[in-house]
Parts: sequence; structure tokens; C-alpha cells
Amino acid sequence: MKTCLVVDDSSVVRKIARRILEGLEFEVTEAEDGSKALEICQRQLPDAVLLDWNMPVMDGFEFMGHMRRLPGGDQPKVVFCTTENNVAHIAQALSGGANEYIMKPFDKDIIADKFAEVGLIPVGQAMV
Amino acid sequence: MTPTEYEYLRKFLKDNSGLDLSAEKQYLIESRLLPLARKAGMSGIAELVQKLQGGSRQLITDVVEAMTTNETFFFRDKVPFDHFRDHIMSEIIKARAAKRSVRIWCAAGSTGQEPYSLAMCLKEMGAALTGWRVEIIATDLSQEVLEKARAGVYSQFEVQRGLPIQMLVKYFKQIGETWQINPELRAMIQHRQLNLLHDFAQLGTFDVIFCRNVLIYFDQDTKINVFNRLARQIEPDGFLVLGAAETVVGLTDTFRPIAERRGLYKPNDPRAAVTKPVLAGVAPRMAAMAGR
Repeated sequence: MKTCLVVDDSSVVRKIARRILEGLEFEVTEAEDGSKALEICQRQLPDAVLLDWNMPVMDGFEFMGHMRRLPGGDQPKVVFCTTENNVAHIAQALSGGANEYIMKPFDKDIIADKFAEVGLIPVGQAMV
Repeated sequence: MTPTEYEYLRKFLKDNSGLDLSAEKQYLIESRLLPLARKAGMSGIAELVQKLQGGSRQLITDVVEAMTTNETFFFRDKVPFDHFRDHIMSEIIKARAAKRSVRIWCAAGSTGQEPYSLAMCLKEMGAALTGWRVEIIATDLSQEVLEKARAGVYSQFEVQRGLPIQMLVKYFKQIGETWQINPELRAMIQHRQLNLLHDFAQLGTFDVIFCRNVLIYFDQDTKINVFNRLARQIEPDGFLVLGAAETVVGLTDTFRPIAERRGLYKPNDPRAAVTKPVLAGVAPRMAAMAGR
């Protein structure tokens, strides 16, 4: 089973994301900010990170920078999931090492499409 | 909705759009037509049926449009676009090297996601098509849908279905809460209104025809009729692309599936089709198998 770390300061968003990702057969762990997410990654890297941008303590962009520098940190697929919906932020995320980008609000179809896009799930699974 | 009203609407849709609803599609009619009826100030489906029987031309158009508009997204099903890039276009680039021109028809272009996805594929091919004349014609039954396709403006939700984020950044411009496809890509596509039940010979012949997820709504005879007419609009070495749940097998010998490329078909020699008529019932499936 693939693993996904959901990083968002909203417990509601984490809960919705967890439900969707478990439906896509991911084993989900949660973190409420970038710093806590980094601690988890230092112990064990997930296959995927669903990553909010604006969070207290450490934001998503800074977290991604630290995570990418960990041994094997280039492996996890990072999918941003944020209300920052402008081209400048998207371009910054991509050049900083993000694999995909979701603009909130999101739903199951969007998550499935984006995860299929980066090869985390088979394309056919996104169609269901 | 009474059974009589349902039967009337079924027949009405069949006659006017070719849409062939099976017996248990009341929910589909209600979900599409109730909002339309209410918007027009009617009490419900009963009144809508009365007005249709009265022959209101505008209402006929509205009802057909509401029933035939389908959900669509960029790079829908993904695989056909991989085939388009890796197989179809690589064949065509070789076959048309002297002519340097390619004509593509999206026969159910809908709100533009499919033709624009093809345009993006072609753009991504870059230098391989330098100096080529590329024509994409996108047709749809619905005027309203065509207008949306022409404008190329999509909601944040729509641009997140099937479209890789790199493509969004590269080929779209953000306008407030919406995203518009670049003028350069919009200029690659001609949008025209067309009912597949009517004659389409005037469109000319094509190297590639995408006709996805529209024939599934037609009955068998209509499908056969459309396939046979599509065969006349396709170059002998051209390609037909159908939707994931569609096939010509068992319906017509005018096209044959390409092995290992699901959804891709090549036209058969038209003379072969004439000498081997398709029979009704179970027989055509066998005829088609024998023909391969």
C-alpha cells in the first residue's frame, strides 16, 4: 500500500483528504504544519505528500525545500493543495520541486486526476 | 413524470438528436430538464412536454442541448492522446512528409477540451511540425457549447480535470477566477455547428477523426449509418478514434481495430465493405470477425 502524508493546518481539510485518499487505497498520515511534516519525513519518507502552502510554524514551500534535501527526498511526489491560485505561486512551487498543484477547493475527481498525472495511481482508477 | 411523457420525450430526443435513451433514464431527463423547465417559468416536466408538443422552436433547441451536453475534460482517458502523439502523428508525419499538411476532425468537440488537448499535443511536438499546415475542425450539435469552446474560458474546476499543471501554466492565461486558453491555440481550431445525423460530406476528408463518447447514445442503425458516412470522410491511411466504451466491431466492416491500440481504427478498403454487407442481429459480429 502506498503512503501519503497530508499536511494542512485545517483538521477539516485533513479529514476530507484522508477519506478521499483512503478511497484511493493510500495509507494516510497527517501533519498540521511543515515542521511536524518534516519530523515525520525524517523518520520515513512517504510516497506522496498532499501539501498546503500557508501554515503556521513552517509553510509548505519551506517544508518542501527541506524534505527534498533529505536522503531520498527527491522520491516523494509532492502535490500542492492550496488556496494560492495564481500563476506566480504555481510557477514558484514547480521550480521548487513540486510535481503537481491543486487549487482549492478540491474534490475526489481532482485529487484522483492529479495523482494519476504523476503516476501515483493508474490512469484507469482516476476515471471511476 | 408519467410513462406517456417519458415515452414522448424519448421519441422526441431520438428524432431530433439521435439520442437513444433506454427505458430507465427518467432520472437523467429530470436532472437535465427540470432546471430548464423551471428557468423558463414552467411548473415541471408535464408543462414542458405540452409546450414541446405545441412546437416551440426555441424550446426544442434548448431541450436537445440540455440532454446532449456531456461532461468532458482535458486529455480525457489520457491513452487516446498518447496514441495520437506516439502512433497517429508519427505515422502521419512520415506519410505526409511531401504534402506537410494534416486535417483533424473532432466530431463531438463539445466545450473544447478535446480539440484544445489535441492542439496542445501538436504544440508539444514542436519542430517536427514546423512548416506544416495543421487544421483542426471541432463540431458539436449545440450552439451554446460551441460558444464556450470558441471562447476557451474554463473554470478553476475544469482546468484541474485531466490537465497537467505545467500545461496550465504554459497554455492558459488566468483571468480572475477563470482560465483562458492562449490565442495561438484558439487560432488552431475552427468551431462549427453540426448534427452527426445530417450530411457532413461538405467538411471534406480528414487524416484523423476523433469521435468519442457520442455514438454510445445512438441506436445500432444510427451508429452503423454514422460509421459508414465517417468512412467516406477519412483518408485511406487515416485514423478513427473512438471512446473507451465504443467499437465498430459487430456493426460495420468499414473500419477495423488496430491491434494493441485500444480505441484506434483504420478504414478498410471501401470496395471490401460493399461486397460484404452487414447483416442484422447476431450475424454482423461474425461477419466482422471473419473480415479481420
